[in-house]
Amino acid sequence: MSILTQKDFETVIGLEVHLQFSTRTKIFCGCENAFGKEPNTCVCPVCLGLPGTLPVLNKSALDSAIKTALALNCTVNSYIKFDRKNYYYPDLPKGYQISQFDFPIGHDGYLDILVNGNPKRIRIHRAHIEEDAGKLIHDNAEGCSLVDYNRTGTPLMEIVTEPDLRSPQEAYDYLTALKLALQYLDVSDCDMEKGSLRCDANISLRRAGETRLGTKTELKNMNSFKAVKAALEFEEMRQFRVLATGGTIVQETRLWNEDKQATFTMRTKEEAHDYRYFPEPDLVPFIVEDAEIERIRLTLPENPQAKCQRLQKDYGLSDYDATIIVQDRHLADFFEHCAKHSGKIKKIANWIIGPLLKELKDRRCSVKDLSLKPEQFVLLVEKVENGDLSNLAGKDILITLLEDGSKTVEDLIEKSGLSQVSDDALLESIADETLKEHADVVTQIKNGNHGAVGFLIGQAMKKSQGKGNPKKIKDIIQRRLFNA
Amino acid sequence: MITNTDLQYISALARMSLAEEELKPMAEDLSSILDYIAQLQKLDVTDIKPTSHVLPLKNVYRDDSIKPSLTQEKALSFAISKAKGAFKVPQIVDN
Repeated sequence: MSILTQKDFETVIGLEVHLQFSTRTKIFCGCENAFGKEPNTCVCPVCLGLPGTLPVLNKSALDSAIKTALALNCTVNSYIKFDRKNYYYPDLPKGYQISQFDFPIGHDGYLDILVNGNPKRIRIHRAHIEEDAGKLIHDNAEGCSLVDYNRTGTPLMEIVTEPDLRSPQEAYDYLTALKLALQYLDVSDCDMEKGSLRCDANISLRRAGETRLGTKTELKNMNSFKAVKAALEFEEMRQFRVLATGGTIVQETRLWNEDKQATFTMRTKEEAHDYRYFPEPDLVPFIVEDAEIERIRLTLPENPQAKCQRLQKDYGLSDYDATIIVQDRHLADFFEHCAKHSGKIKKIANWIIGPLLKELKDRRCSVKDLSLKPEQFVLLVEKVENGDLSNLAGKDILITLLEDGSKTVEDLIEKSGLSQVSDDALLESIADETLKEHADVVTQIKNGNHGAVGFLIGQAMKKSQGKGNPKKIKDIIQRRLFNA
Repeated sequence: MITNTDLQYISALARMSLAEEELKPMAEDLSSILDYIAQLQKLDVTDIKPTSHVLPLKNVYRDDSIKPSLTQEKALSFAISKAKGAFKVPQIVDN
């Protein structure tokens, strides 16, 4: 028997993404849908599963779900119902989770992604809504678990792909594209650190050319997209080693261990899953009229891929610039506002991608959270481009504008005296003085040490107290040295 | 007739332990229910729409407005065991 290599196998991956909606209240009760509160303070008889209570669907949660399904190009079911998924686990106080079985919100959608620069369509099998479970904190030392039910009943959408992904990198690319598309919808903060976006992965290997699926394992407990990729890479190699040596894969759930960078069989006292789904008797069915679907479709924003294409077409941005700008919907909106006020679109884009994005990253916020006005930003960029302000002074003014939206560029230039000196006569006299003071350097330069020109420019800038237009100073000094 | 293996499986799912002498009567009861379902399954329902709910209601919604929650003390007041503001339960997953 020949020795098998990884090339003899094809990796098949499907992902299940859970998205928490940021509605004000939970899906079936009026408790606040909040993160980070004291344990068990956002709970009521309904979400604690007390006997005699009845769930009532939050209309906003349903609207968010339909919007998300439409954005993922799903067919939205006109008949929607809920089902009970039965299992005993302390994170579910009722002993069942209200979910959807045979009539989910949406099905048969897709998301187009780029794989090594080439478009690939990842099919979405289904997207359904359910209630999130509570949070368990395991205390190994005490041999017990602590349960916080604040999260119980948070509206959750589960987005399940077909097994269309062929590598851990593709899975990562899909997740990145999906997150961006979801962020545009404004239905969730998509924050993995807060658990608003979570991902489980199914992975199996099969011999190249085989069309039947191999036995899969389900991977859980990955807290970042990087962890998803790492867990899939580990599992891909583990399965390969088992299969290449004639072993068989056991269908099981495995937990990713971030510290050990490995997956381990989840040992649980729970027996085989048998969810015994049945229609939820406490909730009546929902009929979603076509007009309602169309109303929600009209609220869909332009998706990030379309926006990226359009920014290139309408404003002549490079693929690189447009790709960065569309990473934040509000930044893209800001760019478009600016572009309407200015002819210097490329410069605006540079200032957004450079200084502005740096400031936003440092502050860990979006441009929408600050009071920066597009007109003021445009004015600032133009002042720098015209030479009225140095680059450095421009950046200082930008920081002030970000911190105080009531300030204007004109005020700030006047107050700070940052206005750049472009007066030729003044700059010439500064240059001449500099050359006189450093006659030795001038001699060196004339003897061929051209590298010292930078030193003279630096000295002249210093003499102008940093306000001299550096380009003009450079021109003057070079003219004096080489053309005189 | 329902087997003892079936019974053990069902009782495990329901977290109910059945004593040896309870097995036979329970198997008989469950079997008679299944027999009744089997009778229903013989009916011709070709033209009848599946019913998931008996009430003639649809689209019962709630507005997304916040209602007061219980206090932590009240929420935990019926807990058998509690600690650090949380319900305390036996550990399920071994890490």
